Amino acid sequence: MEYVSPEGLRLDGRRPTEMRQLRAEVGVVAKADGSASFEMGNTKVIAAVYGPREVQNKGQQMNDQALVRCEYSMANFSTGDRMRKPKGDRRSTEISLVIRQTMEACILTHLMPRSQIDIFVQVLQADGGTRSACINAATLALADAGIPMRDLVTSCSSGYLNSTPLLDLNYIEDSAGGPDVTVGILPKLDKVTLLQMDAKLPIDIFENVMQLAIEGCKAVANYIREILLENTKQLEFRRGV
Amino acid sequence: MLQNKSFVRKTKQGKVIKVVREHYLRDDIYCGAPFCNVCDVSAARLSSNSSTILIVDTNVVLHQIDLLENPAIEDVVVLSIVLEEVKNKNIAVYNRLRALCSNPLRRFFVFSNEYHKDTFVKMETGESPNDRNDRAIRVASQWYQNHLGSIVRVLLITNDRENKRKATKEGISAETVESYVKSLGQPSLLDLIVQPPSEDVAMEDVEDLRPAKRKVIYPEHKPMSEITAGLHRGIYHQGKLRVNRFNPFEAYVGSESIGDEIIICGRTNMNRAFDGDVVAVELLPREQWQEEKSLVIADEDDEEEDGVHLLPNSADDAPRVTNLVQGSADDKNAMPARLSGRVVGIIKRNWHSYCGSLEPMCLPAGGGGVVHALFVSKDRRIPKIRIQTRQLGNLLDKRIIVSVDSWDCLSRYPSGHYVRTIGEIGRICVIYAVFSVDPPGCKDIDDALHCTTLPNGNFEVGVHIADVTNFVHPGTPLDDEAAQRGTSVYLVDRRIDMLPKPLTEDICSLRADVERLAFSVIWEMTSEAEIISTRYTKTIIKSYAALSYVEAQARMDDSRLMDHLTRDLRNMNALAKVMRQRRIDRGAITLASAEVKFEIDTETHDPLDIGMYQIREANQMVEEFMLAANVSVAEKILKHFPLCSLLRRHPSPTKEMLEPLLRTAAAVGLFLDVTSSKALADSLDRAVGDDPYFNKLIRILATRCMTQAVYFCSGDLSPAEFSHYGLAAPLYTHFTSPIRRYADVIVHRLLAASLGITKLPDIFQNRPQLTSTADNLNYRHRNAQMASRASVELHTLVYFRKMPTDAEARIVKLRSNGFIVFVPKFGIEGPVYLTPGADKTGEWFVDEQQQKLKKIDGSVSYSVLQTVKVHINVTEPQPNREKLQLTII
Ligand SMILES: [Zn+2]
Repeated sequence: MEYVSPEGLRLDGRRPTEMRQLRAEVGVVAKADGSASFEMGNTKVIAAVYGPREVQNKGQQMNDQALVRCEYSMANFSTGDRMRKPKGDRRSTEISLVIRQTMEACILTHLMPRSQIDIFVQVLQADGGTRSACINAATLALADAGIPMRDLVTSCSSGYLNSTPLLDLNYIEDSAGGPDVTVGILPKLDKVTLLQMDAKLPIDIFENVMQLAIEGCKAVANYIREILLENTKQLEFRRGV
Repeated sequence: MLQNKSFVRKTKQGKVIKVVREHYLRDDIYCGAPFCNVCDVSAARLSSNSSTILIVDTNVVLHQIDLLENPAIEDVVVLSIVLEEVKNKNIAVYNRLRALCSNPLRRFFVFSNEYHKDTFVKMETGESPNDRNDRAIRVASQWYQNHLGSIVRVLLITNDRENKRKATKEGISAETVESYVKSLGQPSLLDLIVQPPSEDVAMEDVEDLRPAKRKVIYPEHKPMSEITAGLHRGIYHQGKLRVNRFNPFEAYVGSESIGDEIIICGRTNMNRAFDGDVVAVELLPREQWQEEKSLVIADEDDEEEDGVHLLPNSADDAPRVTNLVQGSADDKNAMPARLSGRVVGIIKRNWHSYCGSLEPMCLPAGGGGVVHALFVSKDRRIPKIRIQTRQLGNLLDKRIIVSVDSWDCLSRYPSGHYVRTIGEIGRICVIYAVFSVDPPGCKDIDDALHCTTLPNGNFEVGVHIADVTNFVHPGTPLDDEAAQRGTSVYLVDRRIDMLPKPLTEDICSLRADVERLAFSVIWEMTSEAEIISTRYTKTIIKSYAALSYVEAQARMDDSRLMDHLTRDLRNMNALAKVMRQRRIDRGAITLASAEVKFEIDTETHDPLDIGMYQIREANQMVEEFMLAANVSVAEKILKHFPLCSLLRRHPSPTKEMLEPLLRTAAAVGLFLDVTSSKALADSLDRAVGDDPYFNKLIRILATRCMTQAVYFCSGDLSPAEFSHYGLAAPLYTHFTSPIRRYADVIVHRLLAASLGITKLPDIFQNRPQLTSTADNLNYRHRNAQMASRASVELHTLVYFRKMPTDAEARIVKLRSNGFIVFVPKFGIEGPVYLTPGADKTGEWFVDEQQQKLKKIDGSVSYSVLQTVKVHINVTEPQPNREKLQLTII
């Protein structure tokens, strides 16, 4: 199968190092303390953050830091076949854990001891790269909730098909069975907080592929910063500052 | 980086799942014209001075790819929608089109119209995909016209009348393939155009097809729906049609539904099916089964000129009764019933391009006009093909490639079109009935043979060698590396190739059932194997059997087999025996080596069994012809290039070298005459002891005394020194294994140059370099032999580590504290110590005169060549230094 034509175009018309179109909106769930929707092409996720609030299960309360919890789910209508998916399957549990660990690494949890922060992410439409989209949405929602963070975590994936490193795989490219590298970074600190790959790649190629994903993360970070800035300006405007 | 508008395209996939895909439209897709002042021209492919830019539609690509491949067609814009459609319809054509687009010498540019913001079109409601794609092609043409129209003519090439009409209406200039090619003023190009099927001929110059003769010749093919139904109900039977190699009017269809072969006799019953087509067959009524055969013979008289004989078929054809006498009424009952049938429809065509030549015909008086000519394929299973040409004079004496386009039931022959010329007739000839004989599992098949009986009772014998130099050109990195390696190395469990694997195992290898290029030596020989004439030529061969030595031997030995292949094998074997005897009479020495072979476990790669390599008559037969080819080639190249030929010589052994052999022989009361190779050969023949292995042992010892044969440059030595002692040949070289020996590659180049096929590469002018090349080959060759031997030793060790064994051994050399034995069964040789350790002072001494090792007290003595029993096991005197230990029992 030809995923990159000799003319250098992918199946959806992008070039290998181009990302899909990003779209984001802050404050989409009025009841939540912070919320955001995030789109990468046809992948659309929504995130809602509650907290910091009192710990519900006192047994889990920690005296030196906040408890971060995360729940990931996929809407039944998010894929084409509209299958009813059991809640808490292995994949969701794994992604929940990945998102929680990634977010926990950037939240300044020691500033909020004996409290709890809940992050809910749901995939509304899946077209590859859901993991990255969830992390990006969660970052926005946390920022919207005003939770103190070290940096904005952003994530992007990249792959390697037809001997070409490709940025931000969509569903067709993702199901080609090639390597799929998901990277999460703290752009200002220039630190990698998440790196996942479920295939084998020669090390020199891997470095190129990962570097491409990092570039993608940085682009996402710029976009998220713009969105937040815009959002802040609107807030200022509404308050008449 | 994201400047594109995105939107959604919906397609259905498999089930009724709605798939939503993004489709990004771009503004950075350029037109590919280097003179464009709007676009980025770094990737431009079209020529800078083009007068016309062609845009082709899908059907033009699908049908006229041969035309597009002609260098006269340039400056073609291939739209991505066209590529996509071609890919879905015919992957072979797609690959050819892609090759054109990536060929830097051609001016084909791919315009990704589907991703361009101005040329993408959305499917309208009620519009069929085909119409939508045609519209996309027109929109792209329009875009080009607006974009470049002021500088250059943009021309849409389409044979679709409706599309052309719409294009013209929209203001796009459009032409058909025919009218465009005509406007180029190169009549020969018109030959490449595929004609539409004759019913709806739109071309003006096909009129002269003698309407009176247009009667129905073949029954109509049944429509596909009827065939499917018929197959379902068991009236028709599906199978692949195979035409008899020796009688193109007879074919077989192996039917699974019947579980037997159905015979199809005659062109009418074959009903336009080609060899390899998948067809639907209807059985004939039983009473017609016999009649058909006499019909065949009547049928062929008016068609085929050179007397088609109903030869017995070869073993690989269908099993069947072979006595095809022209059926008289009374032996009708004697004939066992054979299923006969006729083709009612063709399910899948196996049409491709064929190599052959035009049937000789007179040039029409006017010249230059359109002429119908008949093409005759070199493959006799293919019927003649009718083509139209405007360059008959050019093509008559050429070897050409022709493609088949159609075959309607009104014409006796299929119609096709000329594709290209591959050469003059005579320089390359195609030889069939070629076979190869090699060790089992051999993938790098260097050589193949053929043998046919000539009308005068003589034989034509051909040795066909892989034409490696056609692919490996002097001075290329490939050639340099091969010259460095010098030879392939054969280890017990693997092979280290001289040339890359695709060349070694496929492209050069003379595998069965595929056409391969060969360099051939062809002799005419009497039945006494006297060479009457020798011909050297480049050929195309198609081996029809890749036999192993065992298979070849089994065929020759099986007196029931009477097929072609077996007959050829037997004839060759008879000739080889005569040649071999003559060589032995001349004084060639039959040398012997202790080659062993292992049976290797496929998983652990450990040897399971070990035994001597068995030499059969079939091995000797192949060897004999290879020797003869090498000698013939050596004569030829030396005649043309007396100073720079690469030859192989085997110096005579000196008296001193033969001394140990003579002493050993004398000890067992054998006198060997070593005055000449002939004398030695004779005395070796006479050396027959009581036990059967004695002679072989003496030969092995004799072989060890000889020098190694070496390559040399003919300018470096005097002709007297050229001779090959072992083969008793005044001249010898290596020609027959170019896939695995570089010396043969050099010899191929010399032979090609001596025939005027190619120029002699420059290196041959440089004698010191040639000499150093020869030296490197000798060095590499010796290393390769040592590596093989070491590999054998390693595997022997692994084998005996698992199973220590007792075996019979022969003493070959005496030492003061023991002797060297040779174990024939395993081909191993090693020391047996009579005293422990390095203690040499012991109670043993060697009697040089009698060649005996005696104990001081005279109680025991061992003599050379004596048989002893030894125990073989593996010890590890130092860590990780395992070695084989032989102890006497
Ligand atoms: Zn342009």
